[in-house]
This record gives sequence, structure tokens and C-alpha cells, in this order.
Amino acid sequence: MSAPLLEARGLRIGYAQRVGTGPRVIDDVSLSIGRGDSLGIAGESGSGKSTLLLALMGVVRKGLVAQAGDVTLETRALLGQRDEDLLDLRGGRIALIPQNAAVSLTPTLRIGAQIDEALRRHSQLEALARRQRIAELLERVQLPDPAVIARRFPHELSGGQVQRAAIAMALAGDPALLLMDEPTTGLDVTTQLALLDLMIGLRQDRNMAIVCVSHDLGVLAKLCDRVAVMYAGALVEEGPAERLLSQPTHPYTAALLNSLPTLRHPGLPGAISGTPPLPSDLPSGCRFAPRCATATPECHSARPLLLARTGGVFSACIHPIADRKMLKATAKPPAFAETQTVLQVGGLFVAYGRRHGLARLLRLGRPNEVVTDVSFDLRRGEILGLVGESGSGKSTILRAIAGIQKPAAGTIVLTTREGAVTPLPGPMGERPLELLQRIQMVFQNPDSSLNPRHTILKLLAQPLQLYGRVPAAELRNRAAALLDAVQLRENFLDRYASQLSGGERQRVAIARAFAAEPDLLLCDEITTALDVSVQATVLRLVRDLAHERHVGAIFVSHDLAVVRAIADRIAVLRNGKVVEIGKAADVCERPEDPYTRTLLGAVLEPEVLQPAEGAATGQLR
Amino acid sequence: MLGIVVERIGLAFFTMVFIAIVVFAGLQAMPGDACTVHLGRGASDTALASCRSRMGLDRPATTRFFEWSGNIVKGDLGVSIQRKKPIAEIVGWRLRNTLILSGVAALMGIPLAIFLGVISGLRRDGPLDVGISSLAIFGMTVPEFISGTLMIFVFSVTLGWASGVVMAGYKAPALDLVRASILPAATLTFILAAHILRMVRSSIIEVLDSEFVLMARLKGLPRRQIIWRHVVPNALLPAISVIGLTAAWLLGGVVIVESVFNYPGLGRLAVDAVADQDLPLVQAIALLFGIIYILVNLGADLLALVLNPRLRTLRG
Amino acid sequence: MTDGGVLTTIRTILARPSGLVGGLIVGAHILVALLAPVIVPFDPALQDVKAILQAPSAEHWLGTDRLGRDILSRTLMGGREAMLISTVSTIVAMAWGSILGIALALVGGRTDAIVMRSVDAMMSIPWVLLVMLFVAVLGTGTAALVPVLGFSYGLSVVYLSRAAALDFVARDFILAAQARGHSRWSIVRTELFPNVRDSLAVQGAMQWSWILLAVSSLSFLGMGVAPPTPDWGQMISDARGVMQLAPWALIWPMIALSSLVIGMNLLVDAWAQAIGVDRTRRKVET
Repeated sequence: MSAPLLEARGLRIGYAQRVGTGPRVIDDVSLSIGRGDSLGIAGESGSGKSTLLLALMGVVRKGLVAQAGDVTLETRALLGQRDEDLLDLRGGRIALIPQNAAVSLTPTLRIGAQIDEALRRHSQLEALARRQRIAELLERVQLPDPAVIARRFPHELSGGQVQRAAIAMALAGDPALLLMDEPTTGLDVTTQLALLDLMIGLRQDRNMAIVCVSHDLGVLAKLCDRVAVMYAGALVEEGPAERLLSQPTHPYTAALLNSLPTLRHPGLPGAISGTPPLPSDLPSGCRFAPRCATATPECHSARPLLLARTGGVFSACIHPIADRKMLKATAKPPAFAETQTVLQVGGLFVAYGRRHGLARLLRLGRPNEVVTDVSFDLRRGEILGLVGESGSGKSTILRAIAGIQKPAAGTIVLTTREGAVTPLPGPMGERPLELLQRIQMVFQNPDSSLNPRHTILKLLAQPLQLYGRVPAAELRNRAAALLDAVQLRENFLDRYASQLSGGERQRVAIARAFAAEPDLLLCDEITTALDVSVQATVLRLVRDLAHERHVGAIFVSHDLAVVRAIADRIAVLRNGKVVEIGKAADVCERPEDPYTRTLLGAVLEPEVLQPAEGAATGQLR
Repeated sequence: MLGIVVERIGLAFFTMVFIAIVVFAGLQAMPGDACTVHLGRGASDTALASCRSRMGLDRPATTRFFEWSGNIVKGDLGVSIQRKKPIAEIVGWRLRNTLILSGVAALMGIPLAIFLGVISGLRRDGPLDVGISSLAIFGMTVPEFISGTLMIFVFSVTLGWASGVVMAGYKAPALDLVRASILPAATLTFILAAHILRMVRSSIIEVLDSEFVLMARLKGLPRRQIIWRHVVPNALLPAISVIGLTAAWLLGGVVIVESVFNYPGLGRLAVDAVADQDLPLVQAIALLFGIIYILVNLGADLLALVLNPRLRTLRG
Repeated sequence: MTDGGVLTTIRTILARPSGLVGGLIVGAHILVALLAPVIVPFDPALQDVKAILQAPSAEHWLGTDRLGRDILSRTLMGGREAMLISTVSTIVAMAWGSILGIALALVGGRTDAIVMRSVDAMMSIPWVLLVMLFVAVLGTGTAALVPVLGFSYGLSVVYLSRAAALDFVARDFILAAQARGHSRWSIVRTELFPNVRDSLAVQGAMQWSWILLAVSSLSFLGMGVAPPTPDWGQMISDARGVMQLAPWALIWPMIALSSLVIGMNLLVDAWAQAIGVDRTRRKVET
């Protein structure tokens, strides 16, 4: 093998402090990328993967500082250099596609002008030739009507278009190495698939090397030949994508794969207990040891080194998983027996008008998102998944049932625990307290849905006092019991939401919903803001609580695999209409509607997992 | 875009109507009217009655409002009680003088503030920034009458560079007034610049931290180009309407500065009118200042609309 | 945490240099204002024809003004009335302004739009003229200034408290409380108010210093605190004519007023930062 294109050795990046060295965000990371290679870096939020990617371009964000190590591109050192000395490299030999192109392109410059800046820097083309080149680049990233797009400002393009424009800009300098930071996060699945296909094509055309950072193993499996897994600022495992994803040797990789909901192995994924450590509070030994099921005392004392294993895999573990098949814990859903209907929705229409007041005066407002003639029913203890891309109306349906959004037409009928059949009035203001109690909603983002000024006790006490009139003396015990149901300890009661991790917060939100003892639970993208390993816990809780407590649940998500894992039935939505509804297995395995098939085809997952029959692993709580 | 422009102009017009209503109705709601103010508390009932019938104050409030606002549209601001002259006549020249003073202050202050704001934002926490920002704190907190008086004390009394008190009459030629307005305008400039530069500074700092500036850096652009093409336009464009708002808000300072320097403008007239207990005149001046405020704001909004592509292309 | 919050916040404010300096200045001013009647060497209104425009001396430490009044005594006493008026006016402004602002944020719709348009309209008139309009009708003096300033400055409180509340009204926890069926009043009291309380308090301190400036400016124009009550604005206006002969009569009230306002601003700055920083630090540490 010839000399690597880019090499990082012993990279250490930490918080800048006036005295001494601050906590490390990146610790002793070494990487090597050859010409035409493709490397994926996987990790959950806070693992340091984005910091690492920027460091590969010689950039360290404000507040951080490179403490040790170097990065070399061909023969040139990148780290610790002045910006002025790297002008020819950045955007030329090495370019980056940002995570969110919408905020990474300059708002006041036209798309064409921004690409032109890169061309002026990194090519010798004359003005006319540059203009032609811009059109070619925009065409290459499959943007319609390049001449028009070039004259647009970034905010005038859709999310997928602006991401393509950013790719065109990165290609302008004809880079040998292309870095990507979560290039498709936040895009709809079909758009994501199209973009990844584009990237694969580009890579083949130009023999570019790529490094892609993502939390999504499915994306990396599709795009990259090699994958590296990061945990708490360090590489824990690295190797050929296929091998690493099918036979992980590091318990973290195994657990991460295990926590990923997949279509081919339906059922609830296994969760990883605990949360990743913060840079200021790293364990002394293996960083994963506190959460690892197979950890032994020596794991807690010594940092394991990244050592070669079979099949070209390197992993940092004292007890690597050897000759073991992947343990995919797919707890089979309990047989579903209940027949009592809890909710019937018939002929629901919702039209979003512009908002009132000042917003209308200032002409702010959402585009009309419309729900057209949606009907379904839901039984007690059943989970119905609503799945669709953005703008499909899935959340609007949920808001209409909750009474937040007034339907234009249609009926929503609730059958209570006691058997009373009640048509629900549209707006929640017209619903009596007894009815409001029956329907509880969990929101997408617990940061926003939990009042930052209340303790967890107060948050849980609110529904208890409002509906149950629980006496003050009993509140604490009742709240503790609710926390226990979501597997949180009693000592959380006196904390504030800001002192909890994202997954813990969402569990509090779920506990609060169940405090009302509802008949119907509405979940609006409740795992979207969470890491996969945390998502698994939340999914399991919702599923178990809904079944145990005989609550009907509607689970809205954009992620078909997540819905497949948790739902008994699935409704697929497109442009406000239900295109297909049926048993989860039927919809996912024998889809009838072409759109369902498109969606299923766009789901990316590491395809090499091997299931182990009836296995339950220690990774589960 | 035309739609938005029409909307902004319409909104400004409505606000002016609101101001007229507020000025009129606000006084209506208070215990007293132009006659009690003019004649004082001890006035006899007959004197009040005759004054009121002379002023037409004995008619219903709505009738008077429509008459009053109708006259304003025609350029008739009513008659001053004290001076027994049409207000439009009294106000005319002084309005010009006030516009000269605030115009000079704005022309000096806004570019200076933008320049200093950009510099201190780019050199955040450097010695230059600390110096500029500390000065700005003085400008933002020390009231006009103190900074104005200090200006006189330093530049006129101690150094003898300029005359402290404006001698020009209200009908003096515009050029004389420009010359006379150096110290008062400098006072206003100091305050105006302090407020605006703080805003520009924080806007620059915010943009420097943005993803698109990082992206420009990763494209291999030199620092100079990043600053002039990416940072400065994106920091200033969103600030335009806020700058307009601040500038208009600081018009209030004109009243006090004019009194400090004895400058023959609307503000000093207002102070005199209060002393003379000439309510219709105070009312008219308040209305005029409100209208100037709205117009300055409207101008800044429209300028922002023309320059900022984000706003320009919001809707067709 | 919210209970121990006041002490923690005070400690965080004083830990910053600007907070410490500001706190000391403001504290000293308050102390002087409270003790002034006891410690002043002369009656501040006492005119002494034999001691007109005297330079600082052993008897009159800071000199005398054109009526032979003792500058030290007048400077020490000169902030009392203005500070009293500001305090009462701030309470009035904060009370009606924040109640209306929060209510508008919650009610929204046409009511909000109409009320905000009229607030906009009133705020378009520079504060001096708005106040002068009222002063013209109501006259001057403490009794008239409090309602006038309380009203005029309440307008911006409406604006700011509405904006602060709107920040939270858009959050899901308000929606969640509504969906649970809590009453409007209980949502304001337990969900909204605890979140806007801190920024309202900072706002109040800010308004206080603006109102203090307004009172002094009005006194300077002869529409505020009336003689014989001593006042800084009035003293400055009084000393202007003789600034060449007796600069000491001008300088001391200027220093007194400016230092109080600057100190207050430093304190408010540190306070605002303390609240913000406190919150983020809590997040990082846990």
C-alpha cells in the first residue's frame, strides 16, 4: 500500500483552560485514510465524532484546543497551522460537506456566487469557464435547472436541494478527500437514499476518498468500506464495514447494533443501560466499562489498547467478543388479546390556517398542512404506528385527537375504561377535565415539554393532584412509584429536568403521562431527539406500559424501523392521506401500496446482522 | 416584495392614526383640558366656559377628534393658546432646525458606530474592544443633559473651541445652523453611536460564531474575504431595522440636548410650551415627533427590505 | 435550588468584577440616601449670602453654589427624592406592564394585535414628550410624576414582558398543561411566571435606572423635583450659568448621578449574565 492520503496520529483535543489541560473530548485517536478509501465514523451524540472530523481539516472549535498529535495530508501538516498557510488545501485537496447546509451557506450570497468563490480559489478558470463549471457541478449533483438554482439564495431552496448545493460547492475544488458530517441527517428517508446514491456515484467517478461521520450505522454501511466506532472521545473498534457490523468484537459495538431497530428482525431492540460519560468525568479504565455487561475488575483499572483481531478488525477491549454470534435480543411481543375499542377516528379533515394576531399581521405562518379523510380505530392495549415523511400530516392527526388542533370535519370517539362512548368535542377547551384525563400526550422534545423550573416531583404531582386529588402526604410515594415504572430511581424526585439526560427526561415525560391513568396515549416522535441506545429503553417502556395498563397508544414517527419495532398496526401516511393500514408485519413484509414500498426500500440498515435464536443478553437491563 | 412594501407603508400609516388617537384620547381621559391648563387652577367658571367655547371644547369629543385630525391632514395643526398664532407657522422653521440637528447627528453617528462596532466585534476582548466598549457604556448610561453640559464645559468654557450656546435665531440660514449644531450634534452622536455600536458589535460576534463563517474558512477563503463578503453583510443587514429603531428612539434626546444648548428647535419649543401651559402646542409637537419616529422606522424597514435578500425574496 | 436561588444568584453576581463594582456603588448610594439627613453638615436648602460661590474649603468641603448653599450637603441629599420617585414609579410600571404583557402573550389573537398597536403608537412618541404632555396637564411634583412615569415606562415593560412570556408560551410544557386541563390562572402562576420571574426582575432594575434618569432630566428642565428639595438634575441646571466661576458646583452632582446609573448598569449586566450562566453551568456539571 502506498503512503496514506491523510493520517492522524495520537490526536488529543480538550477544553481550553487557563491552567493545565482541560477535560478531553478526543483522546489519542489515530486514523489513516488511503487514496479512494471510504471510512465511516460512528458514534452517539457527545462521542466527539464531529470534533474529530473538523480536526482532520486542521480546525479546532472555539473553546477547544489540540493538546497533542498531528494530522498530515499527503506531506503537509494540517493541525496547528495558521489559516493563511492552508488556503490552497482547504476547499481544494480536502473539502467538507456540512451537517446542516441550510445554516452553513452564507445567507446573503447566491448559490452560484458561493461555488464561484471556491472555483476562483482552487482553479485557474476564467469567468466564463467558471460559470459553465458551476452549471456542470449543479447538474452533477442532480439539481434541476442549474442556471436558475445558481441565482437562488440558500433560503430559497428545499432541505434536499441546499444539501446538494453544498455538495456541489465541496466538489468545486476537485478534492482528493471529502469529509462529511452527518450529511443526510434531518432529511426524509427517500431524499436521504437519493443523496447517498449520488455520493456513491461521485466517489466512483472521481476516485475520491471519503470520511463520513454519522450516528446512523445504516448510512455508514451503505456508504463506507471501513467503519470506526467512537465512544466518549476514543476509538473503540475499527475494521471492514461488513465484518465489523456482523461480528463486532467490542461490547459497545455489539450493544449499539443490538439497540438498533431493524425491519428484518422486528421486535424491540435491546437497550444499553446508563449514559455515556462526560469529558469532565471520564472513568479511569475502559470508558465503556461502567455500562458494559461483561466488564471485569481489570476493565475498570486499565485503558485497553486498540489491538488487531481477526478479519482486519482492531478493537480496544480486554475481553473481546470472540467467535460469538451477534446476540439480537428481540423480545417477541406478547400475544395481543384485547378487543375493546378505545378510539374511533372517522373522516377526519384538518386544515392548518395561518396563525392569529401578530403572526398573521407579520405574515408568518406554516404552509397549509392538510389531513384528508383519515379514518382508523384503535383497541385497548394496542399500539398504532403512524408513519410518513415530513408534511404527511402524521403529527397533525395526533394534535387533532389531543384537541390542540381543531378538525375541520370528522368524528373522534373515545370509549373509556368504564365503557362510556363519548364523541370528543374539537378544541380541548370544550372538553371536560374527565375527558382530558383520558388522553395524554408525550411530546417530541422533553426539553420543551418539561417546565425547567419544576422538580421532577412537582412535574409528576401535577396530574396526580389535578385528576386524582391525591393528598399531599401521598404524593411523594405515588411519584416514586411512577418513576419506578419508568426505571428511574426515587432520588430523581428532587432534581430538575436540566440535571437529567435526554433519555431520562423523556422517561419522566412518559411517567407524567401515565400518572393520569389515561385510556389513550399519544406519542409524537418521542425518540427522534434521542440516541439509539437510549431510544431502545424508551420504546420498551412505552410498549410495556401500554400493554400492562391496557392503554391504546398512537406512535408517530418518521422512522419505519422504529414503528415496526413498537407498533402492532401501522398506518402509512402521504400528503395527509392514509395510503395503507394494517398489521405491522403485513405492512412491512407484504406492502400493497407503491409508496409503502418506496419507503421500505429507502430504509437503510446494516444488513449483515445475524440473529441468535431466543437469546437474551446481559446488555439488557 | 411589492406586497410587503405596501403592507409596511400601510402599517406605518395605521400607527400614525393610532398616535393621533392616543394623543387626543389620552388627554381627553385626563382631569383637565387646554383651558384649565391655560387659565390655571383658580380660573372662574365663566372664564373657562368662554375659553372652551372659543376653542370649541364644548362640542362632543368625537366631533372634535375628526375635525382635529382632518385639519392635521390638511396641514393645519390648530392654534396656539399662548402665542395666538397658527401652530403650523410656529412649528415650521423649528421642525427644519430639529431635522438639521438630528440629521447631522445621524450622519456622523451611524457610520461611526458601524465602523467602531465592526472593529470591536472583530477584535473581541482585545484592548481596542475593551476601550471602545467602556466608552460606549458611558454613552449609554450618562444622560444627555450631563454629557451636553460636559461638552460645553470642556470644549467651550475650558478650551474655547466652540461657542457653548447656540446664538442663531430660529430663522437662521441652514448652513449657520449646521455650524452652530456641532456641539449639540456631537452630544447626540456620542449617545447614538454608543447604543448602535454595542448592537453592531454583538451582531458581528454572533455571525463570527456561525456555521457559514466556519464553512467559508473550510473553503480556503482568506480572512479578508471572509470578513467583507461573509461576516459584515450578514451582521449588518439584520441590524438595519434595529439601528433605525434605536435612532428613532433617541430622538427623545433631541428635546433635552436642544434645551442644554439653547438650540432653536422643536424640543426647546416643547419645553417652552409646557412652561407657557400651551397644551395644543405640546400636543402638536408630540404628534410631530411620533410621525418622525414612524417615518425613520419605515425608512429603515424599507432599506432592510431592499438590501436583505432574505426579506426581499420572502414572498414573490 | 430555586429556593436557595436568591443567595446563589447574589453570590454569582458579586463574583464578577462588574457585579462587585456595581454592587458597591449602588450599595454606597443607597446607604448615603438613607443616612443623608443625619450626616449632612448643613441644611441643604440653607442660603448663605456671605458664602456665595466659595471654592472647596475646610468649612464647605465641596464649596458652595450661587446662593451660598453647601454643595456637599446638597449632593448627599440630592438623590433621595429622585430615587424615591423612581422606586415607586418602577413598582407601578412593573405591576401593570408585566400583568398586561403576560396576559397579551397568552390571549394572543386580535386583542393582542390591537393592544400592541396602541402600545407601539404610544412608544413612538419619545418619552420626554409623552411625559411632558402629561406634565402639561397634571403639573409637576412627586404626586404627578409617579403616575406619569409609571405609565410611560410601563409601556416598554408591556413589550418586554410579553416577549419574555411568548418565549415560553411557544414551549410544549404550556401546551401540555393546557392539554391536561389546568386552568388559565394556574398555568400563568405555576408554569409561566416562574420562568419569566428572573428576567422581569432584571427588567425592573433596568427600568429603575431609566426612570431615575428621566426624573433627573425633568428636574434639569424644571419639570421634576421642585426646590427647595435638592436634586442632582436641578443642581446641574442651576450651576450651568456659573460653570466658569464655580465648576465644583457642577461636577459633584454630575459624578453622583452618573456613578449611580453606571453602577446600576454594571450590576444589572452582571445579574443578567449570572442568571444565564448559572443555568448553563448546571447543565454541564450534571
